[in-house]
Amino acid sequence: MKQRQSIEHIAQGVFLCAGLITVGCVLLITVYLVLSGLPAIAQIGLVPFLFGRTWASTAADPSYGILPFILTSVYGTAGAIVIGVPVGFFTAVYLSKCAPKRIRSVLEAAVSLLAGIPSVVYGLVGMMVLVPFIRQAFRLPDGASLFAAMIVLAIMILPSIVKVSLNALDAVPREYEDASLALGATETETWFRVSAPAAKSGIAAAVVLGVGRAIGEAMAVMMVAGNAPNMPSIFQSVRFLTTAVASEMSYAADGSLQKQALYSIALVLYLFIMLINAALNFFLKRDKEANT
Amino acid sequence: MTSRKLYDFIMRLFMFLSVALTCGLVLFLIGYVLYKGLPNITWKLLSTSPSYLAGTIGILPDILNTLYIVLATLVFVLPLGVGAAVYLTEYAQNKRLVDAIEYAAETLSGIPSIIYGLTGMLIFCSFLGMRTSLLAGAMTLAIMNLPTVMRTTQESLKTVPQAYREGAFGLGAGKWRVIRTVVLPGCVDGVITGCILCVGRILGESAALLFTAGFAHALNGLFKGLTSAGATLTVALYVYAKENGEFEIAFAIAAILMVLTTCIHLAATAVGRYFQKRRSI
Repeated sequence: MKQRQSIEHIAQGVFLCAGLITVGCVLLITVYLVLSGLPAIAQIGLVPFLFGRTWASTAADPSYGILPFILTSVYGTAGAIVIGVPVGFFTAVYLSKCAPKRIRSVLEAAVSLLAGIPSVVYGLVGMMVLVPFIRQAFRLPDGASLFAAMIVLAIMILPSIVKVSLNALDAVPREYEDASLALGATETETWFRVSAPAAKSGIAAAVVLGVGRAIGEAMAVMMVAGNAPNMPSIFQSVRFLTTAVASEMSYAADGSLQKQALYSIALVLYLFIMLINAALNFFLKRDKEANT
Repeated sequence: MTSRKLYDFIMRLFMFLSVALTCGLVLFLIGYVLYKGLPNITWKLLSTSPSYLAGTIGILPDILNTLYIVLATLVFVLPLGVGAAVYLTEYAQNKRLVDAIEYAAETLSGIPSIIYGLTGMLIFCSFLGMRTSLLAGAMTLAIMNLPTVMRTTQESLKTVPQAYREGAFGLGAGKWRVIRTVVLPGCVDGVITGCILCVGRILGESAALLFTAGFAHALNGLFKGLTSAGATLTVALYVYAKENGEFEIAFAIAAILMVLTTCIHLAATAVGRYFQKRRSI
């Protein structure tokens, strides 16, 4: 009897540990990022670091201002949302309300396939097709630009936007639509003026999820954005927060201010992501409440 | 009346264009990558390692590294993910602890891979002294995939009927015995789906591996491979395309990755369908 009880205790302990490790990982990541990110910020100064307009980490007189990276990340994400969300939203409305069952299942499979493509493949195709196209179309010296990154990001966030808004639109009660149709509204009016507003929390969650994906993407952007630390401008080579970390990490010397500043950039990125996660949770919770 | 008709027409037009664009993108991406990549896949490419002397490039080491890292990651992530899910659905009574664990899992799934790469490098490579190695990469990926395994397992644990558990308890079984003989066999489908999704993510991951697993192309056995640096297929694609300008190789790898991710997608759907059918009987 006693042996059996101790086995029970051990089992419970083991499962509890597995659960606690999840929490531990988040804490560990947060603590490590804060601890390794703060020294450089302390040395450079918070305001010059966040609002400095030039990044010249390898110059004789180095300056570490990450405003270009922050603005590029914000603009790039905004551009991706502006291009990607309408396409994703209309596709989701079609799939949810209009598409025959067969077509819907084929298209859903296609969208999941798009979600599964590795980001470096997007980067490679962007590099080989999109960048030369932009160079020729706009007569630029080099096509690797913020604009190219926006388009690649828009394509990459498309699957998550379609999927999440599709779920939200599917959850709209049939009665709402029937009532609207019975009152004499046309089908499109019903979809866009009744169903879509009823699903707005879910669609907002889709947009926020897209923002999170876009701001955190590194490799695809690295391959198409050109990677020069300029202030953002649509047809210029730019560097994102993510690519700023990735591009100098491999050659920055251990313990140098340059490397520590890279950790600080990661910390800034992490804070952005935490904000976005909080917003996402807020919308998802509201969506759940709206549906119950 | 005409304005309503116009609204109808415009909205339908937008819907049609969006769907056409999405479809076109999928077809173009797959078609283009396969068209550019498939002709470059040769047996020699698949079965050799890169040689500066002969001036040839082979991706056998990268294929093996991918395999090793997938195996190692699954070894780490499965017990943790399944354990956490079992704890949440079977044991947990403290509401705040449940909330904390679920919030942690959500946070983990939102963190971008470059941050995983950076902290993985700080924790596993420097602090724990593993240097740049496949093992450090696998541990980083294990943390990254923890929420996926947890969620799929949790979903399928919820479908195990409560009556099964009560029946087993009624026969005098202890909690651990119930979990071992009734609950865990019932959530096999969730674990398998979780595994497949993980493999898909590991195949596609590059940013988290660049600084933790490195980009060497040496041909190693499993155990030597785990402790030394090595590029997976995705990292190799990046290195060949961005650093070396070997676009033919890059497209060949891209085509291989495309085929693999499609297979994984099909496998995940097939597994889901199979278990759904078995459950409904």
